[in-house]
Amino acid sequence: MAGPSDSRRFRAAREGEWRRLEEILTTAEKKSVKALDDEELLALPILYRGALSSLSVARETSLDLELITYLEGLCARAYFFVYGVRTSAGSRLAAFFARDWPLAIQSLWRETLVSLAITLIGALAGYLLVVNDPEWYASFVSPDLAAGRDFSASAEFLRQQLYDSPGADGLSFFATFLFTHNSQIAIMCFALGFAFGVPTLMLLIQNGAMLGAILALYFSRGLGLEMGGWLIIHGSTEMFAIILAGAAGFRIGWSVVFPGEETRLDAATAAGRSSALAMAGVVAMLACAGMLEGIGRQIVISDMARYAIGLIMLALWLAYFYLPRRIDV
Amino acid sequence: MSDLAAIRKFEAAKRRSLVTPEGVDLSLKLADIGQRIAAFVVDGLIMIGCLIALTFLAIAALAAIGIERGELVAVIWLLGYFILRNGYFILMEMGPRAATFGKRGSGLRVVARSGERLTADRVIARNLMREIEFYLPISFLSYNAAEGAGSALMSLAGLAWTGLFLFFPMFNKDKMRVGDLLAGTWVISAPRKKLAVDLLDTEVPAAPQFTFTEAQLDVYGVFELQTLERVLREAQPEAIATVAYTIRNKIGLGNQYGDDHEFLLCYYDAIRARMERGLLFGKRRADKFDKGA
Repeated sequence: MAGPSDSRRFRAAREGEWRRLEEILTTAEKKSVKALDDEELLALPILYRGALSSLSVARETSLDLELITYLEGLCARAYFFVYGVRTSAGSRLAAFFARDWPLAIQSLWRETLVSLAITLIGALAGYLLVVNDPEWYASFVSPDLAAGRDFSASAEFLRQQLYDSPGADGLSFFATFLFTHNSQIAIMCFALGFAFGVPTLMLLIQNGAMLGAILALYFSRGLGLEMGGWLIIHGSTEMFAIILAGAAGFRIGWSVVFPGEETRLDAATAAGRSSALAMAGVVAMLACAGMLEGIGRQIVISDMARYAIGLIMLALWLAYFYLPRRIDV
Repeated sequence: MSDLAAIRKFEAAKRRSLVTPEGVDLSLKLADIGQRIAAFVVDGLIMIGCLIALTFLAIAALAAIGIERGELVAVIWLLGYFILRNGYFILMEMGPRAATFGKRGSGLRVVARSGERLTADRVIARNLMREIEFYLPISFLSYNAAEGAGSALMSLAGLAWTGLFLFFPMFNKDKMRVGDLLAGTWVISAPRKKLAVDLLDTEVPAAPQFTFTEAQLDVYGVFELQTLERVLREAQPEAIATVAYTIRNKIGLGNQYGDDHEFLLCYYDAIRARMERGLLFGKRRADKFDKGA
């Protein structure tokens, strides 16, 4: 009764090809595509199609569960490899900075304006409240952060704070610390957007209010212009980055609440992908801001130079993001 | 009837269809929650291990070059920590296997729900969300514990937040984290498997001592056949004895004795050959309750 069944002959005839495909995939996944020689590269798509057709045949004619699961696994692996990413990391990075990132930022323009408006409202509120009643200062600027820069401090002390550097050494550590700390906050600002954007809104308001409160303090001592220089040299980059992070968060929150024509899931996915791209760049921006703040501000003491650097950076960022560019893929 | 149908339905619910451009459905299997937790724990341990190693290296470097020039060491440590925390998952999943070490260990990989290639934006989106899914509750709880000031209400709110994200994958049929949802990804189970030997090829004796009538072979369907295959592959003596006893009774050979394993192999061989021939004629019997059209 038990003659060699068709499925057994089928398996015996094809098994060699499957094993060859498996070997090629293992080499390619372990090392890289470059580890494959020409012959293997040419064989790969053919073997892949062969395995797919084997799978179809096996599903219809074989009852060997082991064989079918093996083929399913092999075909899935081969599929993801054959249709997977083939560009090098370098060219992907180049495409990111040349096209993908600015386009992602451009697509967030509405949210960016909202985010900017919220920060400005926060700053204005912080400023007005503190000007009218200095008691408010402590609720916007925590004592750790203020480090003595509060209304009890003398104008001389405050001025000193603007121009004193923590010494030449320690600068790069300071810059790194600022970068990692700010990035973590920006990522949080983005991720919290998922909770319908409410925590992102609160973070932006708080950030703005802190800015307003500090400005109020320095203006009240007649040091407004000097403070502006101290802030703008890195602030034009840093605040811009945080506003963009907030915008990315709002995009997610908005799409979850108001998905529009698409399903909620599709809308969330589209928003998540484009804002994640924007976020990857925001981290790069914050690295830049960290260097400007940690190193640039300590070295550049002149107010004029500080304003010039800050404004030039702002102009560069704006031009980079928003100047129309050709979209050719 | 309903038992077997329910099992099949349960298994089918874990499958997601992905039709390749060649027109074949790969029918991917979603990862279990357990596999994903195991993978995450392994990744967590790897990250903690790396951090400890980095710290020891930093201390050793400080001892070697002296504390006054330690700034470079501090910078490297801080950047290393930042990259480890934010980059480990992203960089690993952007690689050709689309899986971290933990996921590889559990035989998992990340794929795009649409079946397109997995692009960097998806990987970044799904991993940045870990910030609120995991790091935020952790730092919140540890901050509370350290300050000792966390009121019961605050702790409870933190716990609720953690729970919301922790159990999110259990409340959707695709087992997606919040990050998966935003990135449009799935985590599938695609273990690398070696092809085991065909049971029919190696073990069946050349001249089978058992022969079966057609009626005896028509008792079961595909489901039972594949269960029998699993029993034979696992080769647990008790299971083999029980199954052999059940089948013998079922097909009216209850009083016949002999080697159980050999009996099952012969029966498997015969029933599979018969059913595969049936397949060629378009007859597929799902299980023993399936009477056919």
